[in-house]
Amino acid sequence: MQSFLLLTLLLLSIGGYYMGRKRAFAVAGGHIRNLHSLPSFYGSYTALWCGLPALIVFALWATLQPSVIIDLVVAGMPPELRNLPPDRLNLIVNDLKNLVGGNIVSSTPDPAMLEAANHYRNLRVIGNASLWVVVMTLAIGGIAHAWRTISPTLRARNRVEKIVNLFLIFSSTVAIFTTLGIVLSVVFESILFFRQVPITEFLFGLHWSPQTALRADQVGSSGAFGAVPLFAGTLLISGIAMLVAVPIGLMSALYLSEYATPKFRAVAKPALEILAGIPTVVYGFFAALTVAPLIRELGAALGLHVASESALAAGLVMGIMIIPFVSSLSDDVINAVPQAMRDGSYALGATKSETITRVLLPAALPGIVGSILLAVSRAIGETMIVVMAAGLSANLTANPLAAVTTVTVQIVTLLTGDQEFDSPKTLAAFALGLVLFVVTLILNIIALRVVRKYREQYE
Amino acid sequence: MSTTAIETKVALDQALDLNTAPRKQSSVEVTDYDNRQTVGKITVDNPKMTCRGVNVYYGEKHAIKNVGLDIGANEVIAFIGPSGCGKSTFLRCLNRMNDTIPICRVTGQLRLDHDDIYDKSIDVVQLRARVGMVFQKPNPFPKSIYENVAYGPRIHGMVNTKAELDDLVRESLERAGLIKEVEKRMDEPGTSLSGGQQQRLCIARAIAVNPEVILMDEPCSALDPIATAKIEELIDELRENYTIIIVTHSMQQAARVSQRTAYFHLGDLIEVGETDQIFTNPKHKLTEDYITGRFG
Amino acid sequence: MNKPTASPPTKIPSRDIKTIVNAGLARRHAAERRFRWYGLIAITLGLTFVVLMFANIIGKGYPAFWQTYIQVPVTFDAAVIDPQGNRDPQAIETADYAALVRAGMRQLFPNVQGRLELRALYGLVSSDAAHELQDRVLQNPALIGASQEVWLLASASVDTLVKGNIDRALDESERPIKDNQLEWVDKLQAAGKIEKQFNTILFTSGDSREPEQAGIRGALMGSFFTLLVTFLLSFPIGVATAVYLEEFAPKNRWTDLIEVNINNLAAVPSIVFGLLGLAVFINFFGLPRSAPLVGGLVLSLMTLPVIIIAGRAALTSVPPSIREAALGMGASKLQMVGHHVLPLAMPGMLTGSIIGMARALGESAPLLMIGMVAFIVDVPKGFMDPSTVLPVQIYLWSDLPERAFVERTSAAIMVLLAFMILMNGLAILLRKRFERRW
Ligand SMILES: Nc1ncnc2c1ncn2[C@@H]1O[C@H](COP(=O)(O)OP(=O)(O)OP(=O)(O)O)[C@@H](O)[C@H]1O
Ligand SMILES: [Mg+2]
Repeated sequence: MQSFLLLTLLLLSIGGYYMGRKRAFAVAGGHIRNLHSLPSFYGSYTALWCGLPALIVFALWATLQPSVIIDLVVAGMPPELRNLPPDRLNLIVNDLKNLVGGNIVSSTPDPAMLEAANHYRNLRVIGNASLWVVVMTLAIGGIAHAWRTISPTLRARNRVEKIVNLFLIFSSTVAIFTTLGIVLSVVFESILFFRQVPITEFLFGLHWSPQTALRADQVGSSGAFGAVPLFAGTLLISGIAMLVAVPIGLMSALYLSEYATPKFRAVAKPALEILAGIPTVVYGFFAALTVAPLIRELGAALGLHVASESALAAGLVMGIMIIPFVSSLSDDVINAVPQAMRDGSYALGATKSETITRVLLPAALPGIVGSILLAVSRAIGETMIVVMAAGLSANLTANPLAAVTTVTVQIVTLLTGDQEFDSPKTLAAFALGLVLFVVTLILNIIALRVVRKYREQYE
Repeated sequence: MSTTAIETKVALDQALDLNTAPRKQSSVEVTDYDNRQTVGKITVDNPKMTCRGVNVYYGEKHAIKNVGLDIGANEVIAFIGPSGCGKSTFLRCLNRMNDTIPICRVTGQLRLDHDDIYDKSIDVVQLRARVGMVFQKPNPFPKSIYENVAYGPRIHGMVNTKAELDDLVRESLERAGLIKEVEKRMDEPGTSLSGGQQQRLCIARAIAVNPEVILMDEPCSALDPIATAKIEELIDELRENYTIIIVTHSMQQAARVSQRTAYFHLGDLIEVGETDQIFTNPKHKLTEDYITGRFG
Repeated sequence: MNKPTASPPTKIPSRDIKTIVNAGLARRHAAERRFRWYGLIAITLGLTFVVLMFANIIGKGYPAFWQTYIQVPVTFDAAVIDPQGNRDPQAIETADYAALVRAGMRQLFPNVQGRLELRALYGLVSSDAAHELQDRVLQNPALIGASQEVWLLASASVDTLVKGNIDRALDESERPIKDNQLEWVDKLQAAGKIEKQFNTILFTSGDSREPEQAGIRGALMGSFFTLLVTFLLSFPIGVATAVYLEEFAPKNRWTDLIEVNINNLAAVPSIVFGLLGLAVFINFFGLPRSAPLVGGLVLSLMTLPVIIIAGRAALTSVPPSIREAALGMGASKLQMVGHHVLPLAMPGMLTGSIIGMARALGESAPLLMIGMVAFIVDVPKGFMDPSTVLPVQIYLWSDLPERAFVERTSAAIMVLLAFMILMNGLAILLRKRFERRW
């Protein structure tokens, strides 16, 4: 329905383009030289007048219509329904939507609901119809306006370019708005959360058990929002991941850049980078269904008790995922060390490995540290692997064979499934998100600084 | 020297018969540009290194063409010639630095004392310890001044105690004439020194290993005249203990520091002789053109 | 030969560097070889992981492309399908086709008696078999009254058994398939009445609780709609941003800020974008949960930095001479960019965008936040329909314990990887094809 409207609008705009061009030819008496701009600019000018205002109105309308309709329907409900507490009312609105959508509703709908559903349907039809009328009027009006204003002296090019310029500038601000949106959404919800649970308790509490806080009389007062076990779990799993990724990634990078023949390098480097392209959900699947059972069986054979969702399994697989990240960043860093350093060392009679360990690595160290920091921030923010392979219980332990949970796992668990907004449980997820965002941001800023400093050193 | 060693030397010298070098050297004046036979005496009485029939290829490119040359013990010999003529290439053959370039191929015979340096039995690690090198651009490692000099002795296991190492580092810096300037700042990074100091640090680094030969590829080209003068002075002092081969673009420098000079042209060794003679009385037209500045 | 000199260290070190170096050579070369080995081992490990993962997933997933069917003699009994005999479509549609399936099964094994036994027998075929019969009759009402041998979809446990994934030695209570069922399946197999056919259901149906009826069509369509939104939003905005920053923007604090922002956004964990989507698009703007539109919005914000960075790289690689030439001909700056620079930079931008799209295709974490994890049977038909995407479908299935679902999860992963390989291949092709034209 709405996509059909958009399509019509698009066609109209295209039509407007040709009309504008024709009109320009006409007012110029067939001599393009008389025109201020090329005819195509008059075409674009008309198309913009046709499409732009209509599109803006359409976007606003489409986003506002559902909530306006709901408000109107609720206002039209009998008072005993209308005056229910907000959460009950929400349920009713949901039922209503299901009813309108033709989905099966649990109970047989009562007459009041049926009436409201009809009301809803009517309003929606009216809304959509008026949307059509308004958008079409605007589009055609736009073409008419352009038609009237096109004259040989109209500075069509300047006007069109101005709009394009505005679009360019607007586009470039999207990144800023995204950051702003992230900051505002997590900070705002976090503040709500910290009103209910003191920030010190959140940051330093040792006990995490948000589910118990579900009971209304217990909200926020149960002391169940101590996030330290999550931070510890995140660090444990990321630590294991780095123990896997750093040696393998670094040694691979060194081998590829210092030892490998060009042929071998041409094959092995992209092959290794395949690891970076595999979706994380695939790693999660691999971790949960292959690696974790394997580790548990191995542990059992050695007489160790290994949890079925051990930190080790998740960490190992996460490490594999990060290998190409470490190796390609280190590769860049190592290649940035000037050849003169290597020559100096070889000329003194050093072997390759001596040159690498005593000259290259110390010289590249800042850059490598930067890459590792980037990799750590990647590991901390990784979600799917831990959601699928790490546990849910918040154990405060350093034992890699035990099950731990992480910040990202808890965010996902708290926000999936049934949820009511504004409960400390969901708000806690945003507080965790805030911590995650701040920590990764700081890591990234430091890492980028370090790497940049390092690059400058050799420029 | 044991008898076997003497026998080997004789055998090697026979094998290295100068006749294997297909060109005979002439000492007459050559006024013909196309004549690329080496003019002058390529042999010396007590050679440290001997090269015969050396050819170097970069892939298809023939960069050094059948060069024969002796380098005497405790002499300073200068390589001169227009840019791209193969001076660096030839120099880098002498400690097999060319091995690091995959497309580079070297044929012919090169000997250090009595060891064929391209023989399988010769270890490049050992060879490079014996034949040190200083590069055109100072390239101190990003480590402290002390560690820069200590690098070679450490990797080769030349010293056993920290005190020995301290002595060796001081000794080397002293011989490189740098000790006064860096005595108080041994722990500062080598890169914090001035260009001239850095180059002397690189020389100290090279002599800390106590090599027999030192190769220098335009060691002063990145330095100002005062730093250059210091290095030239240093080279003169070092001659006492080492054999030094220096590539330079500065005729004056060659004249100041070297006893013999070799002139290269497009991969050929054109003329070699006493430095005075080369600069005052070149025998080959090409040499003369170059000396008098009609060339390059 | 020379003996190593054992003279005490003098101030001037021993002249004989040759001997000193010789002494340590063996040890140093051993260290060198060891180091080399470490490198080789590291690479091998990394490559082994790649191979292992692919082998593991392909090994688990390829059987899912075949599905077991049982040949059942079905009598399209008019008394069941069309008791009135008036061919009323409504009646035909709602008839009890399951009864026909049951009758057919009884016909295969006439000796089976008793409620429990019979229930076990009926359990050999999927509950979808009735739909199959319904479809046949609806398409061809002439079938009514006829008898036919029909290949009916077997139940998941039979399928698992036939694929050899059930240990017959296990105790009966621990097997999903009972002793009597085992016997029947063996008999059917001996009679050639069991067959594996290409699994079209996997590609034509949506999710289901029954493994044998579950497919990825819904997830694929969800991914398609989501990616379409992502592309439509992020490509124009990304290209416009790249063009603005490279060609128009003055160098000032504001553009610096934009640049810092883009670089940082590229490193923000994906799940944080999910939080943004939940808080802004769903709670603030009231867009529906689980909709591809919202998923696409979130993913486009994530993909933007990738496209912008690739776009800028593509623009900087266009030689300045082309800009000067265009400006010299009297073009306005915008015309210069639009007509000359952008077309040259386009292949590079497209390459970057395709890689960004491939990444978006594999992304799942932020979509969990905005409710694209619901169990959705219907195949979505638009941007507002509740749906899920392929990686999330994989996540959902991976949680289910049945062997048949493990198989399907792996198969879904294979499809996902195939798409990613396709997209990356396209990107590489594009880059190769248009590399340095000038
Ligand atoms: N790594 C290499 N690969 C291919 N060709 C090379 C390489 N190094 C040098 N050449 C070629 O070999 C020839 C000799 O180069 P070389 O560096 O020895 O000259 P040079 O005499 O040292 O010049 P300059 O005085 O400029 O340093 C040149 O033509 C050069 O192009
Ligand atoms: Mg040179």
